Amino acid sequence: MTTVAARPTGSASGQPAHGRRKQRRWTRAILPTYSWLVIAYLVFPIAIMIVYSFNQVTTGLPQVSFAWNGFTTRWYQQWNGIPQLTSSFWLSIQLALATTVLAGVVGTLLALALVRYRPPRFRGKAAFEQTLFLNIAAPEIVLGASLLGLFVTLNVARGFLTLLISHVAFSIAYVAVTVRARMAGFDRSLEEAAQDLGANAWTTFRKITFPIILPGIMAGGLMAFAISIDDFVTSNFVSGPQVPFPVWVYGATRIGIPPQVFVFGTAIFTVGILCALASVIMSRRHRPA
Amino acid sequence: MTETHAASTAATYEQGDPGRASASGLPAIELAGVAKVFHSGSEVVTAVRAMDLQIVEGEFFSLLGPSGCGKTTTMRMIAGFEEPTSGTVYLHGRDVTGVPPNKRDVNMVFQSYALFPHMNVFDNVAFGLHRKGVAKDEIGRRVNEMLDIVGLTGRGQRRPRELSGGQQQRVALARALVNHPRALLLDEPLGALDLKLRQAMQVELKRIQREVGITFVYVTHDQNEALTMSDRIAVMNDGVIEHLASPREIYEHPATRFVAGFIGTSNVFNGTVARMAGDVAVLEMGASERILVPIGDRAVRAGDTLDVTVRPEKMDISTEQPSGDLCALRGTVTEVVYLGTSTNFSVTTSTGADIVVFQQNSATARDLADRGDSIWLSWQPQHSYPIG
Repeated sequence: MTTVAARPTGSASGQPAHGRRKQRRWTRAILPTYSWLVIAYLVFPIAIMIVYSFNQVTTGLPQVSFAWNGFTTRWYQQWNGIPQLTSSFWLSIQLALATTVLAGVVGTLLALALVRYRPPRFRGKAAFEQTLFLNIAAPEIVLGASLLGLFVTLNVARGFLTLLISHVAFSIAYVAVTVRARMAGFDRSLEEAAQDLGANAWTTFRKITFPIILPGIMAGGLMAFAISIDDFVTSNFVSGPQVPFPVWVYGATRIGIPPQVFVFGTAIFTVGILCALASVIMSRRHRPA
Repeated sequence: MTETHAASTAATYEQGDPGRASASGLPAIELAGVAKVFHSGSEVVTAVRAMDLQIVEGEFFSLLGPSGCGKTTTMRMIAGFEEPTSGTVYLHGRDVTGVPPNKRDVNMVFQSYALFPHMNVFDNVAFGLHRKGVAKDEIGRRVNEMLDIVGLTGRGQRRPRELSGGQQQRVALARALVNHPRALLLDEPLGALDLKLRQAMQVELKRIQREVGITFVYVTHDQNEALTMSDRIAVMNDGVIEHLASPREIYEHPATRFVAGFIGTSNVFNGTVARMAGDVAVLEMGASERILVPIGDRAVRAGDTLDVTVRPEKMDISTEQPSGDLCALRGTVTEVVYLGTSTNFSVTTSTGADIVVFQQNSATARDLADRGDSIWLSWQPQHSYPIG
């Protein structure tokens, strides 16, 4: 009974409380609004690219202009209208896929070693971790120049192979760091349980370790793909006669960018978004209990 | 309520291979002079010191001790996750030292359960059978039978994280038991459960162990858990087994001061033997105060000093001097705690020892004493035990 009697008093004094709540609600909108502004700032150039990939072109030689001439899907229909651009794009795709696989395997094994072993079994681990960090932090222009010097000295013809070696070289550290971060919460007793139940080392890896760290490997692989497909600096040094997509686009800017560049850019962005979404969904599904 | 559900199909459970448990006379598990030394940096830690241990087929055996006493290391050496620095591990008479865990016929229930998060309950339990190459329909039959036994009928398609802690515990148990191991090793399996559930699972574990007839080796730091479930207990301290006996023996006749203090509450007195009356040592503690200690086959002479332990519930409190051949001490009550079924008295004896006395609150109970009262303590001589 006392609680019932107390209730009206509570609502009568609720008037100032309501005002306070209102004020709090207003201040709470500051950070979210700020965050959305930052996102708009980040997305704006991409949105412009997507919008102008549908722009009509009035110049004789088709090139991008930022005057709106009307909507068209012509550039999507003629996406492979410039053979050099198309072949450079396929080169970039092949390069990024091969880089993802190679850097994915090498980087994952490195991450396993870093998570599992400590000195004395893993001598020089601290130095190794420094090297990984340096690999990420080192300016790409230095890496590119030194790789070119190496290839020239060794008399290696520049082409797909030199591109691949270079891309794998700068992707490994990213994969290793990403996979290691995802493995931080991995419960080693899961592997012991598998062994205890009769699984040998290989079966334990195949059935337990690999499926559980797979989202981490996917995230690492995605990272490798993303930094490979848009790499310009190193690629510009080590590519042969056939240049990858970013290098071709850079070369094209001197005479004017054909609208197909925006089409490819939009396609890469869309696929990237889809991969990122898939990665998020997968890691949610596989989140350990 | 499912937590305490007892499966009715347990009777249909078939024991492993027929005739496997035949009385070979060999212990299920034997450790001979096993020691384990860990090196971490420049630090050298001896976890287990020259241990000899025999665990009998079909018994519920507990390794009990405080954290860091070496009990988990001992279990991990039996499972094969740690190799002994010296000594030999035998499973049913076979030397398995150096044999990897996947080739040892024992299974383990992990403290964290270690359920595979990417597999459902059925696949978790079936994992061991798949590794052995058991036929698919037999796997289905045995897994479902085991889920029945642990009270998880029909939960095979759930993911581990969708289950409660108690249910996850049962999955871990089923996953190990379904392989019909020669021994089941349990590493503090109830540590993560709340008190009510833990007590229910203690009864469940004991029931399951009786039903499947498999040797259980149970690691715990919880003395109640060990006393409740075990056939025998090894009390470990600092890498050494201090006492190995039945729960009753360990409680009633603790072998060392450590065991007396670790298992339940003990009062320890120290005194000088005034004289021997047959095989009973008499410790004179003051005017008409004395402790009588049956010394068994110990060699004790007048003039020796002796540590004596007495359980708090064996002692009586009275206001008058007790008569007859009882142990008797004078003391002052320093604290009275009413606990419903019993009352705890803290008493300082005339010799300055702080002790505890439990008195049942029976129907005839009266207010025995209040704080500050001078009282007499008495107990039967057979409840005094020499230790150390």
